[in-house]
Amino acid sequence: MSDGSLLALNLAEARDGLARKVFSARELAAAYNDAVAEAKPLNAYITPTPERALAMADAADQRLAHGDGLPLDGIPVAVKDLFCTKDILTTAGSHILDGFHPSYESTVTDKLWRAGAVMLGKANLDEFAMGSSSATSWYGPVENPWRRLGDNRPLVPGGSSGGSAAAVAARAALAAIGTDTGGSIRQPASFCGIVGLKPTYGRCSRWGVVAFASSLDHPGPMGRTVLDVAIMLGVMAGHDVKDSTSALVPVPDFAAALSGDVRRLRIGIPKEYRVDGMSGEIEALWQQGAEWLRAAGAEPVEISLPMTKYALATYYIIAPAEASSNLARYDGVRFGLRVDGDSLDEMYELTRAAGFGAEVRRRVLIGTYVLSAGYYDAYYLKAQRVRTLIARDFTEAFERVDCILTPTAPSAAFIIGENTDDPIAMYLNDVFTVPANLAGLPAISVPAGLSGDGLPLGLQITGRAFDEETVLRVAQILENAALVRHRPSFIAGGGG
Amino acid sequence: MIEGRRGQWEAVIGLEVHAQVISKAKLFSGAATDFGAEPNTQVSPVDAAFPGMLPVINRHCVEQVLKTGLGLAAEINLHSVFERKNYFYPDLPAGYQISQYQQPVVGHGRVNLDMPDGTTREIGITRLHLEQDAGKSLHDKHPSLTYVDLNRAGVALMEIVSEPDLRSAEEAGIYLRKLRSILRYLGTCDGNMEEGSLRCDCNVSVRRLGEPLGTRCEIKNVNSIRYVMQAIEYEARRQIEIIEEGGRVEQQTRLFDAARGITRPMRSKEEAHDYRYFPDPDLLPLVLDPDWVKRLRAELPELPDAKKARLVSEYGLSADDADVLVAEKEIALFFERVAQGRSAKVAANWIMGELFGALNRLGIGIEQSPVSAQQLGALIDLIADGTISGRLAKDVFAEMVASAADPAAIVEAKGLRQVTDSSAIEAAIDTVLAVQAEKVAEYRAGRDKLYGFFVGQIMRATQGKAEPTLVNLLLKKKLAG
Repeated sequence: MSDGSLLALNLAEARDGLARKVFSARELAAAYNDAVAEAKPLNAYITPTPERALAMADAADQRLAHGDGLPLDGIPVAVKDLFCTKDILTTAGSHILDGFHPSYESTVTDKLWRAGAVMLGKANLDEFAMGSSSATSWYGPVENPWRRLGDNRPLVPGGSSGGSAAAVAARAALAAIGTDTGGSIRQPASFCGIVGLKPTYGRCSRWGVVAFASSLDHPGPMGRTVLDVAIMLGVMAGHDVKDSTSALVPVPDFAAALSGDVRRLRIGIPKEYRVDGMSGEIEALWQQGAEWLRAAGAEPVEISLPMTKYALATYYIIAPAEASSNLARYDGVRFGLRVDGDSLDEMYELTRAAGFGAEVRRRVLIGTYVLSAGYYDAYYLKAQRVRTLIARDFTEAFERVDCILTPTAPSAAFIIGENTDDPIAMYLNDVFTVPANLAGLPAISVPAGLSGDGLPLGLQITGRAFDEETVLRVAQILENAALVRHRPSFIAGGGG
Repeated sequence: MIEGRRGQWEAVIGLEVHAQVISKAKLFSGAATDFGAEPNTQVSPVDAAFPGMLPVINRHCVEQVLKTGLGLAAEINLHSVFERKNYFYPDLPAGYQISQYQQPVVGHGRVNLDMPDGTTREIGITRLHLEQDAGKSLHDKHPSLTYVDLNRAGVALMEIVSEPDLRSAEEAGIYLRKLRSILRYLGTCDGNMEEGSLRCDCNVSVRRLGEPLGTRCEIKNVNSIRYVMQAIEYEARRQIEIIEEGGRVEQQTRLFDAARGITRPMRSKEEAHDYRYFPDPDLLPLVLDPDWVKRLRAELPELPDAKKARLVSEYGLSADDADVLVAEKEIALFFERVAQGRSAKVAANWIMGELFGALNRLGIGIEQSPVSAQQLGALIDLIADGTISGRLAKDVFAEMVASAADPAAIVEAKGLRQVTDSSAIEAAIDTVLAVQAEKVAEYRAGRDKLYGFFVGQIMRATQGKAEPTLVNLLLKKKLAG
């Protein structure tokens, strides 16, 4: 098969091709290594690992030859550079982790490799996963492979898992893993026209994932189809004794849950999500989504999530608070960057000033402020209480409905450099995605249509805790109904 | 009560004791905790706060802190929360210490102090919580660099906070000894202050009798009971002088300078931290199974207060003797083994007299005693059954300490067996009375005092082995007759 036609396969198809020996894992890995090189202008990868990809593919081929293939044998994936990978540079997109080669492998990547997956490289991201544009990386901004019709200005892929999303959309990865703290999987999935799932909090271990905001960080899969994401999640999920917040719940067969049957499911349409400034085409797409689900036999129901309007403010207190503490370990003492000074305090100041970018510094300062004596009650404690109320909104809603349909983001991808002067405008990207992080609920973004200027738009399905199965099943109905046939302007391998 | 230049003062003291939990592994990582290991050899990536590392609570450490709480007759909080205490220092790798703040695992408890005048004082425990220790900064290994040893980073500590119920340095010393004794009974902290297993922060204020509380100063990290007492003594006098001279005590964190016996303010950069405590999002609240707590309560060993009461009631010991014997679990155990089936008073006297004297001379604890409880018991038996005299027994004991041999073997080897053969004693008496014929005449003439002289001579002639009662009986008969 040509590189182009190999790259056109989705994960499920590639898995079947490998099992039937239509092509080898090495051929597939080589094609993807070429694609990674070809996609270099997108800056989706910080560290490609082509040799390791070939070595892992060879090992997969051996197993496949013996007929004892593993669930992801030979599947080439991109790893957001927030996951620690043993002996491979791990940066979190930050200057401060210069030269950091972990001596350990994150639980989620370890599970992928044990399932036979092939590592293509470490994907670019917003520094410490803080951002909605993948433009705050020390390693430069990521470009979205899509372009507006008749407009060649580069667009952001969304963030923070923008490198992962761009790589999957540009066929420079068959699938990817990302993390989602306030929408960092779903918003870039929406911007790049792929599927991204934030599982339930506790479903996938955080061990070995560079922490941004521990109570909000969710590792999750990104892929071309809902089925691909379901297959990935099945491998990534599971209890981990090394993560005290990981859940001791069984891992179902997510792919088997994609029955296509959503009859009699009640789909919540929260009226509070009609926010100011949301474009008419997104509003229209949302209604279209509800119609598709109604046509498939589900029942859209208007619901109320009254606390929604406080979600973004709550998020931007809790996330920076945790981040300010989580990032204290980057002090120049034990690993990464150190800028020497005349005193200990000066060494700290110089190291952290040089090592952290503007957005990270901003959030560390906000977080330090909201935890300070005299402000703790007014900000952090209040935010935690509101967080509880937001979660209660969902609990009450799920007494009436089985999942909730909303847009993923209030806009399509924007031009690189836009929104950078106005952090609040940037933060508004997360307005629909943040509530699921605060409540720890599973939520998926699935490509559902195109904007007037030809950019992908996603719809989001949010479900009950640990009910990824319903979320995936409903998402697949939207995926099939929408049939987004447009493709990005840039596709590796010529799009064969 | 402290006599100032203008009237009487009272010190008000509360202690925060940091006790290292006896545990093979650290509080949130599997790394080892052995004292004295090569620097940075007992450090996991969790302890060194590498990116992506997460803490997992060590169940054994929780069990230890629960035992301690139960041993201090304290409330156990079935729901408690770990929080982060944020500050930057090179020996604090994460930039925060995981500790407990708003919701500690153990609440109010108490410790009873046995005062020298025989009374008892109850000292309140405010709370007890679990936290991680920091590493160690070594400033003296290099002219311009600081070395950091993370072996201790992450080791489990219990912070035991007392109410401000203590009123003098002496009371503080008694409190610390009692607390250490309880911890050792429970096996939850070895109380070894030289190795830093027990460290103490002292909160000290002074007031004139009957007045409200004064401004307190905190003396950080004092590492021996003697130093705690010296630091409090100095600090209380310092504060009294300030007030008597018309000044005001400033709330301060101070250090104890052991070399000079004074307290002085800590460096200013250490002052006024805003620790920004908040619940650690990497850890769920600590929720305890009530049945587990119940089981631990049932399995609690007999503690010093109960043991003392039992030694008094069961063995008929005086309160003072019981106090001495229960101070350490091992001493009490030794005593009970010796006293088993023997006179408790005799056993107690031997332990507190000869044995303690020998151990002190050797500078060792009772666990290393060269004389076992069984051997000391055997020695007491030899006295009781008349094999040796009480006086000779002390020589035998000295030989036991030197050689660790059984008393019976020593008695045999040295021929120390008491002479109870009346004809042998009679012969010895006859010889002595014959040699001392003049004195016999004087005695018979009325100098009664000479009786003791004759006994001494007879004992000398028999190398002390003559059975004293028999000597008396026969001597009186001979002199009379």
